[in-house]
Amino acid sequence: MPTFVRTEKCDGCKGQDKTACMYICPHDLMKLDRDGSDTGHAMKAYNQEPEQCWECYSCVKICPQNAIECRHYADVVPLGGSVQPLRGTDSIIWTIKFRNGNMKRFKFPIRTTAEGSINPYAGKPEADMSRIEEPGFFCQENGYRAGNPDELIKL
Amino acid sequence: MAGEFGNPVVVEESVDILMIGGGMANCGAAFEIMQWAKGTKLKIKLVDKAAMDRSGAVAQGLSAINTYIGADQDPADYTRMVSNDLMGITRDDLAYDLGRHVDESVHLFEEWGLPIWKTDENGERFDGSKGMTPLKDGGKPVRSGKWQIMINGESYKWIVAEAAKKALGIENIEEHIFIVKLINDNNDPSRIAGAIGFSVREHKIVIYTAKAILLAAGGCVNIFRPRSVGEGTGRAWYPVWNAGSTYSMAAEAGAELTLMENRFVPTRFKDGYGPVGAWFLLFKAKATNAYGEVYMDRNKDLLNDYPPYGHAAVPAACLRNHLMLEEMKQGRGPIYMDTVTALANLRESMSPREVKNLESEAWEDFLDMCIGQCGIWVGENIEPQKKNSELMPTEPYLLGSHSGCCGIWTSGPTDLGAPTEETMDGVPDHLPSGWNWGYRGMTTVKGLFTAGDGVGASGHKFSSGSHAEGRIAAKAMVKYCLDNADFTPQLDTPVQELVDVIYQPVRTFLEHKDYTTAIDVNPHYITPKMLQFRLQKIMDEYVAGVATYYTTNAEMLKVAGEKLDMLKEDAIKMRAKDLHELLRAWENYHRILTAEAHMKHIEFRQESRYPGFYYRADKNFIDEENWHCFVNSIYDKTTGKWTCFKRAHIDLVDKSKLFK
Repeated sequence: MPTFVRTEKCDGCKGQDKTACMYICPHDLMKLDRDGSDTGHAMKAYNQEPEQCWECYSCVKICPQNAIECRHYADVVPLGGSVQPLRGTDSIIWTIKFRNGNMKRFKFPIRTTAEGSINPYAGKPEADMSRIEEPGFFCQENGYRAGNPDELIKL
Repeated sequence: MAGEFGNPVVVEESVDILMIGGGMANCGAAFEIMQWAKGTKLKIKLVDKAAMDRSGAVAQGLSAINTYIGADQDPADYTRMVSNDLMGITRDDLAYDLGRHVDESVHLFEEWGLPIWKTDENGERFDGSKGMTPLKDGGKPVRSGKWQIMINGESYKWIVAEAAKKALGIENIEEHIFIVKLINDNNDPSRIAGAIGFSVREHKIVIYTAKAILLAAGGCVNIFRPRSVGEGTGRAWYPVWNAGSTYSMAAEAGAELTLMENRFVPTRFKDGYGPVGAWFLLFKAKATNAYGEVYMDRNKDLLNDYPPYGHAAVPAACLRNHLMLEEMKQGRGPIYMDTVTALANLRESMSPREVKNLESEAWEDFLDMCIGQCGIWVGENIEPQKKNSELMPTEPYLLGSHSGCCGIWTSGPTDLGAPTEETMDGVPDHLPSGWNWGYRGMTTVKGLFTAGDGVGASGHKFSSGSHAEGRIAAKAMVKYCLDNADFTPQLDTPVQELVDVIYQPVRTFLEHKDYTTAIDVNPHYITPKMLQFRLQKIMDEYVAGVATYYTTNAEMLKVAGEKLDMLKEDAIKMRAKDLHELLRAWENYHRILTAEAHMKHIEFRQESRYPGFYYRADKNFIDEENWHCFVNSIYDKTTGKWTCFKRAHIDLVDKSKLFK
């Protein structure tokens, strides 16, 4: 389902040097058409290689204008359905429309901490350089599984 | 001075440690490394061809963490499972080491904010937002299988990347940089000295010198013609941006590869490639032929052809495919996941609250990690409680972190009884003996480390294991750099020569573009897209793609070899009309080398080790006596030739427990 950009909604991220969708696409698909020479729509983004779209929805989820949607792969999927998210800071809401008009809505948690709040080394110990060649990490999170030594048949 | 198209600015930078790729493995490495490097003054940098928040295989999210050992299982059990699923030939030292470390990373994910489903004291399950006891303190996860736990994982990568970026410092990260080649040391060709790549946003070529490099740029997708060839080409099962860069760059640098004949052909929901794990393991659904017969029962006698692997309590993924392919070949398709019966059965045994949640759980499984499958369902008006969905084996993928084990031969831990000698003849003299020849996670090239999809002969590490493996390598890299403090890397090739190679597709385009009136049809160049089509056609038709039900033979492989030779020659004639195409050109160059390694390994191994993933029709059996061993290879970048050889396989944990 290649993503597409709604012409009237996209504002080209207000002329900043990079748009959110260009920044986030893992496959370098989204492109800002600065002068309109590619699409006829100046300062709006578009998916420049739709047949390489993984439908990961990274661009859909990040677009500040909610201007990006998906039209399911035309060579595979009958027309008329849609799957559209609204991603917040702690949850995501999905609106799902079937070809026959049926609708479903789902809401799922996505995160239990505030975005940007991770302090990776807070409360963690310093690394013990004398143990750099031993198994185990610099911090212990009660997850190291030492295992039963009898299982190792070559020792 | 800003560069321009055709005339890029060249930026040289010297670091101690370069991390290539921003996926789970290098996010783990980023977190671990900065504490060990504290006070050492080591300069560390990470480059990613995309944006770390959404790069790598977890970009879209995941609905489960597939490797969580838990306090009540042993790393040896995990090691046995890995071995069994990969037909008996894996490195127990690598699997065991990963197994004992991996839960540490999972506990961090939960601390950072990843919602993990939990089970309460009555056995009822709850999503990860309810603030129940963390795993670290004994909270009970929802097991969707012996090793898997369910999560609300839409933002999984976002969360892990935030921790990595904070740990490393934003000043030590450069995104939208695609590394194309590794560079060896001028004084020691078996040592790494740097890497070269380019920005996909500015006209800039970057050259890094580095003492140590962690190469973790994913597996390989799109070397075989996919089942969908229009817009649906993008709907690969594994991420379409995984271009084999890890394997090809390592091979060109002289690193020994292992088990490149291995591939993964996942059976997934047809066309959308939505995950089946939760359906099989959590919802207890059965897969059937068109007439409602369960093919795992109907065809179970076929498992007797592959002792002892066919007699495992859980047959390997390839053998399950083998039984399914029999139904398809006998004309008893389509194959279905019986979702209707599964959900009806569950309703009878669940509490009313759980029944209410069941539908949303089923949808979330796709929405968290494979939204495209929901696209199929809505387009075809499929509601899983009312209508069954088709299953289909996909085109082949090469990877080392999921249910696959191709990759780079990597130095393992020293405390598990791994061999230190090689007992098989034919290993080239310059390569190390045994399974631990130096620093943990290092390849056979000094200073070149790998993790995740890069580490071969293990597998089943998935997202959490890749993160842990990156952390293991990070520690060892710090030690390597401290031990080699006096070493100053010197590139073995002049900078200008490297730049010319990297930018050739652009120069080719600018030189010849006006020769014809149609930009894409020109006798002087080939577009990256057409080159990819050619590669996919060769691999599909001769190297056991879907066109032949995954079947090949020595003669077909010979033809493939001839065609790949010419494709490699033509690869230097790829054009790039912009930076986007320059990215595609080099991704496809990486794909060709990876595909060639795959073909050469299948040709060398005189048996069909992975029935259901591929068949050598001329060697259609498993030969335990002669081929219960690793097939490894090295590549000579000056001659373009591969050398394949055997290495002995040894069990470090007892495997007899697996079999009935």
